[in-house]
Amino acid sequence: MLWDMTKLAHKSIFRNALRSCLTVLGVVIGVASVIAMLTLGQGSSEQVIADVEKMGTNVIVVRPGQRGMGPRANSTAARPFDIKDVDALEEALPEIDAAAPISSLQGTIVAGTENHRAQITATDQRYLVASDWPLALGRNFSASETRSGKPVCILGQTVRQELFGTADPLDQPVRIKKMSCNVIGVLSEKGASSIGADQDDVVLVPLRTYQRRLTGKDDVSVIYMSVIDGTSTGQAIREVENLMRELRRIAPGDEDDFSVIDMKQVASMLTSITGVLTGLLSAVAAVSLLVGGIGIMNIMLVSVTERTREIGIRLAVGAQTHQVLMQFLIEAVALSLLGGLVGIVLGLGLAAIGAHWIDIPFVPNLGVILLAFVFSAIVGAAFGYYPARAAANLDPIEALRHE
Amino acid sequence: MPHSEPYISLKGIRRIYGQGDTEVRALDGVDIEIKRGEFVAIMGPSGSGKSTAMNLIGCLDRPTSGTYRFNGLEIAGLAGDERALIRRHYLAFIYQGYNLLARTSALDNVELPLIYKCIGKRERRERALHALDLVGLKGREMHDPSQLSGGQQQRVAIARALAGDPHVVLADEPTGNLDTQRSREIMELIVELRRTSGLTIIMVTHDEEIAEYASRLIWMVDGRVHNDRQLKDAA
Repeated sequence: MLWDMTKLAHKSIFRNALRSCLTVLGVVIGVASVIAMLTLGQGSSEQVIADVEKMGTNVIVVRPGQRGMGPRANSTAARPFDIKDVDALEEALPEIDAAAPISSLQGTIVAGTENHRAQITATDQRYLVASDWPLALGRNFSASETRSGKPVCILGQTVRQELFGTADPLDQPVRIKKMSCNVIGVLSEKGASSIGADQDDVVLVPLRTYQRRLTGKDDVSVIYMSVIDGTSTGQAIREVENLMRELRRIAPGDEDDFSVIDMKQVASMLTSITGVLTGLLSAVAAVSLLVGGIGIMNIMLVSVTERTREIGIRLAVGAQTHQVLMQFLIEAVALSLLGGLVGIVLGLGLAAIGAHWIDIPFVPNLGVILLAFVFSAIVGAAFGYYPARAAANLDPIEALRHE
Repeated sequence: MPHSEPYISLKGIRRIYGQGDTEVRALDGVDIEIKRGEFVAIMGPSGSGKSTAMNLIGCLDRPTSGTYRFNGLEIAGLAGDERALIRRHYLAFIYQGYNLLARTSALDNVELPLIYKCIGKRERRERALHALDLVGLKGREMHDPSQLSGGQQQRVAIARALAGDPHVVLADEPTGNLDTQRSREIMELIVELRRTSGLTIIMVTHDEEIAEYASRLIWMVDGRVHNDRQLKDAA
C-alpha cells in the first residue's frame, strides 16, 4: 500500500514536471545555501588552523593598547613602542629567539613604467627569523643597512610579479612613495592569510629607512617575536608582559597599555569569527528553507483543489481518510526530499567552486548533509500536513460534483 | 433459499439539508427494500431526491433519521471511514460523467479500487485486464481517457466497477452523456453483465427507454416513493 502510494506520488510529481520543479525551487535554494555556507565555513575554519600552523604556533605579537584586534584596537591611545623596546625584549628574555619591530603603511611602488600599490612593512633583519619566512632570491638586510637606514628593499612575490614579471628584479631600482631604493631580495611565496589578505603583496624596508624617509617618526607599531622551540608560549607571554610593564613604567595595579597575543589566540579568535559568520549566514539560508516549505504548502493546496475530483473518485471506491492523507503527505515529503537532494548536490557544487575560488579546503561534512536531508523531509511533512488533511476531509459527494 | 431479510432496506429515511427557514427535505420518509440480484431503476423529476437516495444507498452520505440496513449491517450510524470500508468491499459506482482519473491509463483506472482492496500487483493487473476484456476494450488498456470516446470511457468506468467484484453497482445516469446508439450498447452491456454475474444494480435515470432495461421501477416525487412496480424482467 505504502509502495503504491509512493509510486502514485512519483507519478503525480512527474506528471506536472515544470510545476514540481518550481515548487521545490525554494527548498532547493534553501538546502543548497545551508549546505554551501556550512561547508565553506568548515573549510575556512580548517584553513585558519592550517595557516596558524604554517605561521608557527611559537609566534608572539605585542601591540600597544588593550585588545589586540577588532574595532576597538588602540582605543586606549597607548604610546607606541620604539626600537629600544624590541632590543630590550630580545636581549633580556632567553625564551625569545628573535624579536622584530614592525611598522607599516600602504603606498605605491614604481619600477620603470610599472606601478603597484602594496603594503610597505618596515622592519629589520630579524623579521625573517621571527616570522620564519625564507627568501626566494637575493639576501636579507644586513645589520649595518638596518642601523644606518640604507635605501634597500625586499619584495614580496606579488609585488615582484606586478613590477617585474618574470625579469630578474635583483639590484634593480624601485621607487617607494618618494624614496628610491634597490631591490636586494625576494621573499618566498606565502599565500593568502586566514582572513583572505594576500600576504605576498608586501615590500620590506629597513625600519630606520622608513622612519627617516617615509614617516619622520620613531614609532614601532607592532613587535613580532618567535619563541625558542621547546619553550612554553604561555611562560614567554608572561615574561614579555612583565618586562613590557617595566619598560613602559606601569605602576603595579594599573592596567597594561599594551597587549600580548600568541598565534593560538589569534587562531581561536579567527575560528570563532568564522563560526559566528557561518552561523549567521546559515540562519539566513535556513529562513529561505522555511520559505521553500511555504511554497510547497501553497502548491499542495492548489493541487488539492485541482484534484478534488480525483480525491472524490478515490473516496468513492473506498479510500479511507488516512489513506488520502498519506497520499498527499507522501507527495509533499517526496517533493521536499527531491528538492533537498538537488539542493545538497547544488550546495556541495557551489561550495566546491567557492572553496576553490577563495582558496580554502573543500570539506564536505556527512553530518551536515544528513541533517539537510532529514530537515527537508521534515519541511515537507510539516507544510504538507495541512493540505493533506484538507484533501482527506473532503466530502465525497461534494468532491465528485466538483468541476 | 428463504430470505428472512431483504439485502437493502431503507425505513423512514429522511435527509434534511440546512436548518430552520432554509431547511430542504431532500428525502422525507423513504421506505425501499431491494433483494439481491434486482435491477432497480429510480426515476423522478429533478429535485425529487433520487440522487440523494442513491448517495445514501451508496454509503456516501448518512441519513438525518431513519434506518438503513445493508446486508444485515446497520449503516445509518457508521462513521465516514467505516462507510468507506462498505464501499470498498461491496459497492461500485458508475457516473454520468464517467469520473475517470485524467492522464491515467484505462488499465490504471480499472486497477484503482483493487489498490484499496490491498490486492497484489499481479492479481490486480489480471483482474483489470479481464474486466477491460469483458467490456470490449481489449487492446485499449494503455489509452488515456482523453484518447477514448464517451462510450469507451463509460466502458472503462464499468470495467472499474466490475473489477472490484462488488455486490451492488450504483449507476447515476450512466447514459446521460451518450447518444441513443451508444446508450443502447452500454445498457445492453450492463444487462449482460448482470445476467452473468448476478449483480444487484440500482440506476438513476431520466430516460424512460433506459429505465425499460430494469426489472423494477421506483418513481420518486418530492422526496418520497410515489410508485414502485415490477417490470417484465429481461433476465
